[in-house]
Amino acid sequence: MKKISTPYLLLIPGMGFLFTFFLLPLFNLAQTSTQTPVGGGDTGQYEQTFRFQNYIDAFIENKEQFGRSFLYATIATVLALAIAYPLAYAIAFKGGKLKNLMLVLVVAPFFTSFLLRTIAWKQILGEEGFVVPTLRTFGIISESTTLTSSAFAVVAGMTYNFLPFMTLPLYASIDRIDPRTLEASGDLYANGFTTFRKVTLPLSMPGVVAGTLLTFIPAAGDYVNAAILGSPQTKMLGNVIESRYFKIVDYPTAAALSFTLMAAILILVTVYVRKAGTEELV
Amino acid sequence: MKQIARWFGRNLIRVYAVVAFTYLFIPVAYTFAFSFNDSGKSNLVWKGFTLSNWQNPCGAPEVCSALGNSIKIGFLATLFSTILGTMIAFALGRHKFKGRSTTNILIFLPMATPEIVLGASLLSLFLVFKINPGFWPTVIAHVLFCISFVVVTVKARIASLDPRLEQAAMDLYANERETFRRVTLPLVAPGIAAAALLAFSLSFDDFIITNFNSGTMTTFPKFVYTSAARGIPAQANVIGSAMFFLALAIVIIGQFVGRKRKVS
Repeated sequence: MKKISTPYLLLIPGMGFLFTFFLLPLFNLAQTSTQTPVGGGDTGQYEQTFRFQNYIDAFIENKEQFGRSFLYATIATVLALAIAYPLAYAIAFKGGKLKNLMLVLVVAPFFTSFLLRTIAWKQILGEEGFVVPTLRTFGIISESTTLTSSAFAVVAGMTYNFLPFMTLPLYASIDRIDPRTLEASGDLYANGFTTFRKVTLPLSMPGVVAGTLLTFIPAAGDYVNAAILGSPQTKMLGNVIESRYFKIVDYPTAAALSFTLMAAILILVTVYVRKAGTEELV
Repeated sequence: MKQIARWFGRNLIRVYAVVAFTYLFIPVAYTFAFSFNDSGKSNLVWKGFTLSNWQNPCGAPEVCSALGNSIKIGFLATLFSTILGTMIAFALGRHKFKGRSTTNILIFLPMATPEIVLGASLLSLFLVFKINPGFWPTVIAHVLFCISFVVVTVKARIASLDPRLEQAAMDLYANERETFRRVTLPLVAPGIAAAALLAFSLSFDDFIITNFNSGTMTTFPKFVYTSAARGIPAQANVIGSAMFFLALAIVIIGQFVGRKRKVS
């Protein structure tokens, strides 16, 4: 009898919390998304009319930002994977005694607020920093080219900010690989590249999946990098949702956009996880 | 020349690691350097070295009250999310029960939801119940996004435990409670500590959800974001750098204590 009740006792407080502050708000958001303004009411007053057209309107009006969010997030995820994989490999296989220290160093930049670091990039790459004038003196970029306020800067900022989220799960799964499997591959006359493609990479797939998800999901919903490093031409969906909420007080559109974003991410994630063939998600 | 080329070939991955770490730390170093800038109001251009920002870290208006709020919220969010998350992790890691996969999905979903959706939906719930955004709504929001990370971290630790250790305790006539208190819990403790540290750093650094649910209250990230337009006071750099060194010290001491305990 006791065996049956213990897990539920352990679960009730946490699950109750998630139900109240996660599922209930989502349900409420779904309700908000089909509301329309009260005729003759103040700004910010809405009534339920089950207007599903809200979704189509919101999507059509913001399809550029939608596309941008997914494009930028995809590029940033691929770049972060390319940068983090060799780093995680180096820590796992060449770290030696410094392994733990290196892991701490991966997370350490987190503790300086990510906003301060993003603004630091803006200043380093900005007009008053030293990088742009140096590149101009050597004629690498033209007088009119800037590095900030561009799509390049936004993607670079996202890549940088989510790098630890990519590196840690990669490290966790590469570290579990038995080095003898790599030696065995070499003994069977596989060269370095073949060993990587047929042994290391497949064995580290759980880390690749976890890392790409932990990077892609926050990147797709991000608006801070676009706000600090971007321009009006690089606005992402997050920027639209934020301004709909706070500046325009258009709750239904913000809610419809939030839901569409979440649904799109969940569909992509499901397809991706199926394709990658790892059932164990977290 | 050939030797240098060969050395590079053999140590390519190590050289790469150094370059990658440099890249990670450039903005941290920049933030640290500019905490010594004799900048006046806007900390954009280097104007000369001074220690006054470090001697007077609360010199800029609001910066220390924002920091205080962040620490209070971080502490409470860490406490609640660690307790709730650890309980869930034990249920998932140690028991078989009906509704297990539903529980797993409900744990995974908040991590798969972009922060902006979490923040916006929570705010609309508070608005429906006429709760004003502020301190406690922000704490609730932070607990919400920290819980899943705590569950995942602690669950991984529980999964890596050798079940024979608990069996041995039972064989030595320890009852379930004693086994839990004297064997299981001490073994899981490092995982719980890591989860708490993760929760605190996620909470302390959060901007998006906080921005939705904090109303007029300022936190440190919110302070940085709003003052970015006018120019950030150098005191923010002081606090950012100090937090960096503090966290580094805590982690390194934690590692040291962990190793000592392992030896003894």
